[in-house]
Formats: sequence, structure tokens, C-alpha cells
Amino acid sequence: MNELLIVPLGYPFVVRALLAVTMVAAACALVGTFAVLRGMSYIGSALAHSLVPGIAVGYLVGGLSRDRLFWWATGTAILTALGMSALVRRFRISEDAAVGVVYSGMFALGIVIISTVRSFAVDLVHFLFGNVLSVSRTDLIRIGVVVAIIVVVVALFYKEMVLVTFDRVFAAALRLNSRMLTALQFVLMALAIAVALQTIGIALVVTLMVAPAAAALQVVRRFHHAVLVAAAIGMFSGVVGLYISYHLSVASGAAIALVCVVVFLIISALDRALRAAPSEEGHGAANPAA
Amino acid sequence: MRISGRESPHAPGTALLEVDSVSAGYDGRIAIEAVSMRVHAGQRIAVVGPNGAGKSTLFKVLAGVHRPAAGRVRIYGSDPGRHVCIAYIEQNADLNWRFPATVEDVVAMGRIARVGYFRYLRRADRAIVAAAMERVAISPLRRRQIAELSGGQRQRMFIARALAQQAELLMLDEPFVGLDADAHRQLEATLGSLGNTVTVMLATHDLGVAERIGRVALMNRRLIGYGPASEVLVAERLAEAYGSNLRRIDADGKQYALPDSHCDHGVPVGVAGPVRMRALP
Repeated sequence: MNELLIVPLGYPFVVRALLAVTMVAAACALVGTFAVLRGMSYIGSALAHSLVPGIAVGYLVGGLSRDRLFWWATGTAILTALGMSALVRRFRISEDAAVGVVYSGMFALGIVIISTVRSFAVDLVHFLFGNVLSVSRTDLIRIGVVVAIIVVVVALFYKEMVLVTFDRVFAAALRLNSRMLTALQFVLMALAIAVALQTIGIALVVTLMVAPAAAALQVVRRFHHAVLVAAAIGMFSGVVGLYISYHLSVASGAAIALVCVVVFLIISALDRALRAAPSEEGHGAANPAA
Repeated sequence: MRISGRESPHAPGTALLEVDSVSAGYDGRIAIEAVSMRVHAGQRIAVVGPNGAGKSTLFKVLAGVHRPAAGRVRIYGSDPGRHVCIAYIEQNADLNWRFPATVEDVVAMGRIARVGYFRYLRRADRAIVAAAMERVAISPLRRRQIAELSGGQRQRMFIARALAQQAELLMLDEPFVGLDADAHRQLEATLGSLGNTVTVMLATHDLGVAERIGRVALMNRRLIGYGPASEVLVAERLAEAYGSNLRRIDADGKQYALPDSHCDHGVPVGVAGPVRMRALP
């Protein structure tokens, strides 16, 4: 057990990676719960792929400086998030259609830019699948600051965001600015994705957003419980995935994503089994008597 | 905590709602045309008309969730955008009923506009929420997940949310659809128990309910009649609103009017479901 759990903690890069992955998992779970409940799980994937042109331009402008790449990626993600929000509003298209258009358009743009610089293709793998073990002290501070911003903004607009996610018509009747709140949700998602870039990568970040939230929503009855349980599942998956990555020498992002999926499947199976089991008190099924 | 009979913050004597020549629609299709009406505080109005008459559109315009193409809506003499005293309960609200929220959570949402941004609900708000649930008799369900509620319980939860909102105008779009006879009676009793502390507008196909409410807005895109049920729900006006979709039935020596939408759901006339007939004068 000591060999398995304690020894890796002797390496600073492992400790940094653990801290990074727990913070990122918490942020992804927070924004992911809103996304799943709005039926917009794949907006995370669309936003993640929209980072590619930002990273490509950042690379062309400033080389492989992580700081610059992060800011370029973040800027692109926020612009894309606001663009998607405007697309839905101005052109009266559905949110999933907006996601589809932005997803393919931005990713294609990124690939076109990348194809002009042949050497960049190799470096892109780090962004596609993440490399949490290379997180530096500076990266860690940046991740902490961005995650803190996400948590504070959600805390400030918590009740309004929950209402807009649940009942947009009632929110409009209360004169809440639904557009602003929706755009804010998109921007927070973009920030979470940008900060998750190094941890789990563009291709897999959606797993960290969706799987813990989807698992939590099966077992809780209240929104804030869903957020807390999703964050716990995400952090647990991140830590376990990281240990698996360390001991088995497999890609860290993929290991974390796989653990997320396994936890989701286990919770789904347990939930199904518990619901199917006959209840002595007769609480197994809802009684819809008026 | 008392949530009824409070002092209205609005100027006394002003009509709660003034609708002047309002037209609205979707993608160039007109749903309501030149509708004008005044509603005073404490009134109860049944909005009646065939499917597609524009009842839901009228409510959405009044609630401020759909912008009119022409005309003007005034709430207590000023723009609706300044008021948070309107509650609108949609027909078959397109909500995610698996949303992780209890009845109390949803009722508490009514306090959001009153509490304002960057603030959380305080003890006084919680007391108002508890009183609202008590008033519509759903306190025992406060910890129940919303997916576990019946249709009637959902409607009562939304009415409690409107009470927690301290709404002065409550609009319910087809609240009786899908309810069995018991739930229908219970909901009517709940609405009746509100007294005149809340102004109620209720869209319904049920002419019996409209008659009991007393004041009726009969419409089919245009407002065909507006006033006491005895003056509005008369054969000529009903025929104008419903056209060939209105059936007349002779029973017990009286003549009844029955909107044909009653048969849309395959329910045999006069056998099951809430009675939608009304005896014609």
C-alpha cells in the first residue's frame, strides 16, 4: 500500500499533478452539472475543439510558451462561447445546431492553421490528450486562480443560474437577464476547459465535465448536492486516474477519463439495481396520487 | 408569516393591467390581433377560446416573455419590464422534471427577484416560502423531489411559487389539462382560497370553470367578448369564437354548449373528464 499510494507523493511533479487534477475536476463538475441539466453536454466538446485555432495562432506568435498558449486558448474559448450564445440569439437556431456549426468550423480552422506549420502536429498531441505530469508551479497557480474565479462567479449568480437552467420562461417573467446568465455559463465553461487543457486535454475534457455530473444526477435530489457529489466523483476519478497513469505508464488524460466513465457505469448500475429492488416500505416508486 | 392582504406597492385606483391594441405572433404569423382589455386588482378572469385562439400568446405577452408586434401593455400604469409581480404558469411547462430540486426549492425560486442579485434567501424569505406552501396545502410534500409529483401537485407547487413571489397577477395556462376529477376540484378550491389577494387570469377550454370564475375574456385571435360570463358566454359569441367547432347538446331540458376540442382527445362527450359544457341562457 505504501508503495502504491505514498511513494509517488515523494515526487513533487506527482503532488502538483494531483493538486491540478483535483482543482480542474471540481471546476469541470461545477460547470458540467449546469451543462448536463440544460441538455448541452456536447457544448463542452465544441468549446474544447474551438481552442485549437487559438493554440495554433498562439504557437505561431509565441512558440511553445505555456503561458501564451493558455491565454490564446482562453481568449479563443471565451470568444467562441460568446459567439455561440449570439448565434443562438440572432439567427434563431437551436443550441445543439450552434454547437455543431462552431465545433466543426473552429476545429477545421485550427487544423488549417496547424497544417501550415508541419512541426506543430507533434506538439498538438499534448493538447489533445493532456499531460498533467508536466504541470509546473506556475501552471498550478494559474489553475488555482482560474478555478477560484469560476467558483466565485457561480456562487455570486448561483440562484439565478439554477433558475435559468430549470425554467427559462419563469426567469424571463422575473425579468432576469437570461441571455447574460446563459452567456456567463458558456464563458465559465470555456474557462474550465482552458484550464483543463493541460490536465486532460481537448479530446477528453468533455468526459470530466459530463460523466461525474451525469453520475451524480442519478443519486441526488437537490442541485447543490449534485454539484458536490459530481465534484467528489471528478476529484476521485482524477486522483485514481493519475495513480493508474503513474503505475502503469499510460496517458494521464486517458486514464482519468476512463476512471470517470467506469465510476459513471458503476453508479448507473447500482442506481438501477436499487430502483429495481422491491421496497418494504413501498417507497420504490413515486406515488402520483394528487 | 402573512403573505396575503399586504399593502400593494402600486398606486391605488390604477388598473393592474392595461392592454391596448396588442398584436403578437411568431415568424410573421399573427396569433393575437388588436386585443384591448383592462384588469383591476382582485379580479378573476377566465380566458376562453378554441385551440390556436392565442390564449397562450396573450399570457406570454402579458408576462413579458414574448414581445408584442404592436400595441402596449402597462402594469399599474408603467412598463412591464419594471415589475416582478407577474407570475405565469405555462401549459405543460417544458421543464426537465428530473431536475434535482425539491418542492421547497422550486417554491423558493419565487423569491429570487425579490431578493436580488448577489444575495441569498434570508430567514424572512424562508418563512414566506413556508407560508406559501402552507396556503396551497403542499407543506407535507416540501422535501419531495419534483419528479414524484402528480399533475395537480405540480400546479399547486407553481401556485405556491407565485405566492412566494408575492405576485399580484397570476396567469395559469390550461392548468386543468391532464388532471383527474379530484385533482381538478382540489386545484379549483386552491385557486378559490386565494380570495381577492391575487388577481387571477386562467386560460381554459372548460366553459363550466369559466362560468364559475365569473368574468370571461372570449377570444379567437381577436377579443370577441370581455365581461361577466352571463354576457359573454352567449350562443352568438360562442359561435363567433368557435365557429363550426361548437356543439350544442340538449339535455335535462336545457341547451349546452360544448367546444369541439373536447373530442380531440378521444373522450366521449359528457362521459369522462372535467365537464366543459355550459348551459346556454
